[in-house]
Amino acid sequence: MLNSTRPTRRSRRVVAATAGVATLALALTACGGSDDGGDDTASGDEKITLTVATFNQFGYTDELLASYTEDHPNVTVKQVTAATSEDARNNLTTKLAAGGEGLADIEGIEVDWLPELMQFPDLFEDLADPALDGRWVDWKVQQATTPDGKLIGYGTDIGPEAICYRADLFEKAGLPTDREQVAELLGGEDATWDDYFEAGKEFVAKSDSAWFDGAVPTYQGMVNQLEGAYEDPATGEPKDLKTNQEIKDLYDQVLAASVDGELSAGLEQWGEDWIAGFQNNAWATMLCPPWMTASIEQNAGGVEGWDVADVFPGGGGNWGGSFLTVPSSGPNTAAAKELAAWLTSPEVQTQAYENANTFPSQLDAQASDAVQSSTNDFFNDAPVGPIFSARAQAIEGAPFKGKNYFAIHTAVQNALNRVDLNGDDPEKSWQGALDEYASLGL
Amino acid sequence: MAVLSPTQPTHRRGAAGPRPPRRVGFSQRLGRWDVKVSPYLYISPFFLLFALTGLFPLGYTAFVSVHEWNLLGGQGEFTGLENYAAVLAQPLFWKSLVNTFSIFVFSSIPQVLLAITIAALLDQNLRAATFWRMGVLIPYVVAPVAVSMIFGRLFADDYGLINELLGFVGIDPIGWHTDRIASHVAIASMVNFRWTGYNALIFLAAMQAVPRELYEASVIDGAGRARQFFSITVPQIRATIIFVVITSTIGGLQIFDEVRMYDPKGLGGPDQDWMTTVVYLYDVAWGNQKNLGRASAVALLLFLLIIVIGMINFLITQRIATSGPKGAKTSRRRSRRVLAETVTTQTSGSTAPASGAAASGPPLPPTFPPTTSITDREDRR
Repeated sequence: MLNSTRPTRRSRRVVAATAGVATLALALTACGGSDDGGDDTASGDEKITLTVATFNQFGYTDELLASYTEDHPNVTVKQVTAATSEDARNNLTTKLAAGGEGLADIEGIEVDWLPELMQFPDLFEDLADPALDGRWVDWKVQQATTPDGKLIGYGTDIGPEAICYRADLFEKAGLPTDREQVAELLGGEDATWDDYFEAGKEFVAKSDSAWFDGAVPTYQGMVNQLEGAYEDPATGEPKDLKTNQEIKDLYDQVLAASVDGELSAGLEQWGEDWIAGFQNNAWATMLCPPWMTASIEQNAGGVEGWDVADVFPGGGGNWGGSFLTVPSSGPNTAAAKELAAWLTSPEVQTQAYENANTFPSQLDAQASDAVQSSTNDFFNDAPVGPIFSARAQAIEGAPFKGKNYFAIHTAVQNALNRVDLNGDDPEKSWQGALDEYASLGL
Repeated sequence: MAVLSPTQPTHRRGAAGPRPPRRVGFSQRLGRWDVKVSPYLYISPFFLLFALTGLFPLGYTAFVSVHEWNLLGGQGEFTGLENYAAVLAQPLFWKSLVNTFSIFVFSSIPQVLLAITIAALLDQNLRAATFWRMGVLIPYVVAPVAVSMIFGRLFADDYGLINELLGFVGIDPIGWHTDRIASHVAIASMVNFRWTGYNALIFLAAMQAVPRELYEASVIDGAGRARQFFSITVPQIRATIIFVVITSTIGGLQIFDEVRMYDPKGLGGPDQDWMTTVVYLYDVAWGNQKNLGRASAVALLLFLLIIVIGMINFLITQRIATSGPKGAKTSRRRSRRVLAETVTTQTSGSTAPASGAAASGPPLPPTFPPTTSITDREDRR
């Protein structure tokens, strides 16, 4: 009985297997059939559609993009916008990893993504163009240029930092409230971090509020003024954190001010407590790039007294800013490059500033009337255009950020937060940063 | 299939040599295929999809884990088990495992106990029963990210609702983001909020299938509510308990959204006090390291861990109430033994009733014993 059933069972299995394979093959061919022809080249008058992938607010409206079609009748421009930069980043890295399938013709990126993307310059078109020399502030171009001179992104906006402050809290503590006087109080033209912290001690002695929101954002401003914070700019090799006295000094300085000087509100940026802190007068000043003014306005609705002072400790400082890149995998890279150049032109970026307050990185755009005459009513009608232009001019160069920058930076940030947020011992926490650095295996 | 049609008859003829050749009509052959192939075709969509979305990624992960592999740079050199060694040597990996396990204990155990209690209450004669039953499912409908955002506000350290309320009764604020255990409790509470009702409904469904006669009989025997619950309900829904415990274990070891949303960075705080293994995996692959090879090694280690804990779970839950009365649900091994006995008694020509256990089991359809005897043999091979 056993014998007679065997062949049947085997053949049954074969049939099942074949059926399975056949169905799978069918499914696969069905998948393969959905390719639509997107391979047309950019030459001549052929109709093409270019997609621009952005996130948050780049300030490109549909009307603005449609005006490109008027000059280039064969090109239609479409914008895809991700809700957050984190979404956009995941989308970009995942698709780059998959060989570029599904990427937009122009991908917007944030300056912080550059260290990792610059390791693979071949994934992007070289956008260097002598005709565009002098369009941007020098350091903006330098940020997106690889060691061998390839430019992978055209600059859109930048984040020159000023100091935002609460005039009402200043008044209660007996400090000057006028923005020129505040700039002087914080050290004026050649303000230092010590000046800023000293003014803070004067303030907290007479107020219930803290001076700044947290140690990490303040440290962020300080570390961005070092030329090569964690890595050697010449070689890109990471500096051993243990012997990196520059960083240890900043660490000690910012924690002495935050904890011993009681200047820090001990809040982590973007956390629930930080957001609630705006309504609870938790702190009186913060480092403030143009895009931060939008966040302050959003979270501090109903609070009156915010203002911007044209001053920044330790020279100028840049925080954030974006670029437009052209992934090499795209079918119309030449046309995309042309569009990216147009989108980052001073005229278009001036309009973008009017639309979304993205502070332009283009010199001509910064000097334009639209920027120079702009004010912000939430910040007591502060002339934000001229203030941030002046802050942009104070920036001397872009710090070097190699491929290990953010890994090491995170270790130091964690150490600062352990002290500032959790109340750990600074030395013990620094040891934790050294351990974390060691586990990176650099 | 075209390949098979010529071989099929040859087989047949070869096997049944002396039998006179007989023409088999095509429709007849089609009918036979229908019987033999159709069942596999009907279930094939699941298995094909599973192969595509489950089995293939699993195998590919194993492939990636033995290579140097940057998220953007792609495949590098073959490194053997180096990634595994590197991961096992990272203190953070072990810390994340401890965190995961701790959050799992704070979530799964209260969750199952609470769910079974709620289910027992819902199983009573309630007014507007559907309203209450659907009510417990509402938290499940809320997106996990929304839950995390709401709980993030509740558990904020300085201006959070819970600490404010504690302040009213004179308790010091709890450092939900500074104290390790407190953060685990907070995250576990989000998980519990979302899953307790869902599990309660599964338990409820199982409880409704328990024969009411058992309860009536127990009432006659003088059993109280508690006794009924432990001696009838729990043993009767044992299979469901195993199911819920295993799924909530797997879920508990994969906690991700809640941790990602718990603080602005979503990487377990400055000391990684509440970083779970899945978040660690995410950070290795998509964070600063972009090391997909190592992340794949973490994924496979987690997979093994889930299997091990799942097995332990299974063994423990198997022990629950083995002394209870056996109803429709008999264990597979037992029913197989019973069936084997039935087969033996049948083949030996005796019509004597089999063991008592078989008598209390479901009445067997006439064709049942021979079919299972084949599967039984197949298993043994």
